[in-house]
Amino acid sequence: MNHGTGVDIAFLLLATLAVVTGWRVFRTDSMVRASFFLLVSFIAVGVIMILLAAEYLGVAMFFMMAVEMTVMALFMVMFMMNPAGLNPMNMVHQERISIGAGVVGFLVLGAMALFAAFPDQPVSASLDPVKSLGNEMLGDSMLIFESAGLVLLTTMIGVVVLSSHRGRYGAAAEGSLPPGLEPGGDPAGKPEEDEEGEDGGHQHHHHHH
Amino acid sequence: MTLTTLLLLAAALIGIGIYGALSQQSFVMLMMGLEMILNGVMLAAVAFWAFSGAGVPEGQLLTIIVMAVMAIEMAMGFALVVAVFRGKQADMTESLTGLKH
Repeated sequence: MNHGTGVDIAFLLLATLAVVTGWRVFRTDSMVRASFFLLVSFIAVGVIMILLAAEYLGVAMFFMMAVEMTVMALFMVMFMMNPAGLNPMNMVHQERISIGAGVVGFLVLGAMALFAAFPDQPVSASLDPVKSLGNEMLGDSMLIFESAGLVLLTTMIGVVVLSSHRGRYGAAAEGSLPPGLEPGGDPAGKPEEDEEGEDGGHQHHHHHH
Repeated sequence: MTLTTLLLLAAALIGIGIYGALSQQSFVMLMMGLEMILNGVMLAAVAFWAFSGAGVPEGQLLTIIVMAVMAIEMAMGFALVVAVFRGKQADMTESLTGLKH
């Protein structure tokens, strides 16, 4: 594939941006900032896709990730233990093993990139990538494409069922709670919820029975 | 911008993702690691499509499928996080010991 020096420079900058922001995702103190770092990393990859002439995929990536990361940021606010990143946050376990696994993964995949002999068959200049993708999705691979849509519909239903407060015959969590220690009592094995409740924290918790 | 450099970038993103998915304690942060892995996978798929696959449309279709997988992973992940939080008041992996031997 022929491309000028400008494309190479842009690729270098975008690659650096994607890796640095990707690394910052797990190093920043605020989970909201982490989700926006991930968004930047995805957008850099999307621009690289556009540089590779896959315009549709690159732009689809922008739209999808912009929405997805906004939703993610909302969830981050809900589950954030360190609002605004005011305190240092380092919530990791088995860190050495994880770093080792990440480095090994990078080295193995990188060695494949360096030493494997992949065929050199670049996209021909006459090909219209968007048109060929459209013909494929609504032609030979229509079943695959439609299956993806069906799986997404199933996901939506499953998500509503999973996150719903109540099932058809009572509380959704009823079957998954352990029985009480005495008949009709609170479920056993639940953590005491008033640990931090010296100043009336009881009102903040909702009990589902 | 060659196939090798693109694959190296994809490998770096996948490596960061593996680290994140294995090391984070918070469920939502763990999911960001999974997203990062899929980010690298999509980049590698597009790179192969552009440099090694002679532009066969299935290469782009694979990327679309990975995007769908990503959306599904996100939606189901958040639903499970909400369900777990509702049942156990937990948002850390350490709090879930139900399947520990």
